[in-house]
Amino acid sequence: MISATDLRLTFGKGTPLENPALRGMSLTVNQGEFVTVIGSNGAGKSTFLNALAGEVLVDSGQIIVDNLDVTKLPTHKRAGRVARVFQDPLAGTCEGLSIEENLALAIKRGQRRGLTSAVKKQYMEKFRDSLSSLNLGLEKRLGDKMGLLSGGQRQAVSLLMASLTPSSILLLDEHTAALDPKTAAFVLELTTKIIEEQKLTALMVTHSMKQALEVGSRTVMLHQGQVVFDIEGRDREGLEVKDLLGLFEKQRGLEVDDDSLLLG
Amino acid sequence: MLSDIALYGAVETGLIYGLVAFGIYLSFRVLDFPDLTVDGSFPLGAAVAAVLIIEGWNPWLATGCAVMAGMAAGAVTALLNVKLNILNLLASILTMIALYSVNLRIMGRPNVALLTEETVLTPWYDLDLAYHQVPVLLFVIVVFIALLLLWRFMKSETGLAMRATGANARMARAQGIATGAMIVLGVAVSNGLVGLAGALFAQSQGAADVTMGVGVIVIGLASLIGGEAVVTPSTVVRALIACVVGAIIYRLAIAFALNADFLGLQAQDLNLITAVLVTLAIVLPGVRSSIAGKLSRNKA
Repeated sequence: MISATDLRLTFGKGTPLENPALRGMSLTVNQGEFVTVIGSNGAGKSTFLNALAGEVLVDSGQIIVDNLDVTKLPTHKRAGRVARVFQDPLAGTCEGLSIEENLALAIKRGQRRGLTSAVKKQYMEKFRDSLSSLNLGLEKRLGDKMGLLSGGQRQAVSLLMASLTPSSILLLDEHTAALDPKTAAFVLELTTKIIEEQKLTALMVTHSMKQALEVGSRTVMLHQGQVVFDIEGRDREGLEVKDLLGLFEKQRGLEVDDDSLLLG
Repeated sequence: MLSDIALYGAVETGLIYGLVAFGIYLSFRVLDFPDLTVDGSFPLGAAVAAVLIIEGWNPWLATGCAVMAGMAAGAVTALLNVKLNILNLLASILTMIALYSVNLRIMGRPNVALLTEETVLTPWYDLDLAYHQVPVLLFVIVVFIALLLLWRFMKSETGLAMRATGANARMARAQGIATGAMIVLGVAVSNGLVGLAGALFAQSQGAADVTMGVGVIVIGLASLIGGEAVVTPSTVVRALIACVVGAIIYRLAIAFALNADFLGLQAQDLNLITAVLVTLAIVLPGVRSSIAGKLSRNKA
């Protein structure tokens, strides 16, 4: 279980560019939940994810991951509990390293790294099995450099790497946004498959309201650094994009003017 | 063209600069950390080894201390960068400048002669080899061991974490790698290798001098880039071999240039030749591929 309580974070404090990104954000995600997060540009989606991952430290508030207060811990000390897939398909992997080396990095996520050989023989079966589940033929290309793969293939491997070792939460930061529609659909399908099979707890930020309703078990909308609504279960079933927009306007008394939310 | 002695001399120095190139490969290539500390850690290694040898220490022990001193210098540079957020290049320049004073303090004077002292080379002269062949044999062994250890390290869990740190720090952090610690370790090991090179250089040349570090970074880079042009560094072991090959080619090129009377070059032209060679090494691979491109286009 992870819980974020009253997170506040202001970028560029005391400058003309002062930007309050998180203004009292609170959210609790229970074990096994798959939460989709939507919100317009500047709503604080990415900042929230970065705060959970430790890439930014919040000004105030508390973040607890499985009974451990991680609020002040840097990214690498949270990595054992927090797995992550980035928006940029090139960001989640090292292009200069081979596929097996990338996987070997991920299999030790959050653990001590010693002086024994990184790519061990006993990993190989696991690597081949999980790669073959992608149906991309990558299990035969373990020694190939990551840079030889396409963006979609790299994002699929990133997803695999994030799920190679257990985590308390999997953070997905618009991880299909930079892919072409067909590849995005493939990666999204793979995401739901992995999350279901491994019963992962996941938080997926998306720009698309449609996507937010199609996958996951709960949807949260952010606006101006706060949660404006949070729906799950029966309330969420059969909900459509226009209903979401209606909800949003009712909650805030605002018109949604962000085209990308409507078009996605 | 070259006399036997000049040839072996070039290979001997080339092997020492191969160690420097290993260090520069670690900082510049693996960690993407442009580190100029080497101009200070090379004479630091020489100074520490020379002073301890004169004090009567075992030369190998003295050389070991030189490695530790180099590592400490590298760690200072990395900590300035990681902990105090000083730009990496600037942090290394600060350490390099500081080391000039430190080296003078260690030696107590601008240079220390080792000609009559027992060095790591002394026992090897009993072998049935020509005088100028002995250092080459010893340094081949040292470079080979260093290469094997570095190769093993780069393939280890920690080594892989270090490579990820340089290639994609954000991803490395997300995998739980303490990137700051990796930079400190990597830059320390890099300068430890340069300290070793300095210590061996002082022992083979018979003196340590406070100015002997000037331009080491450029020579090391020349070796690295030149080596990469000859041996494509597609794997770690190839990249390491490229360092040694590049360093030896560089020293041979210098020796030929200085020996070719028709060129009229003299020893004081060394830095000019170095700069020209580095420029060529950087530009030539591009020229080669553009020529290849033109040729294939003509064919088509």
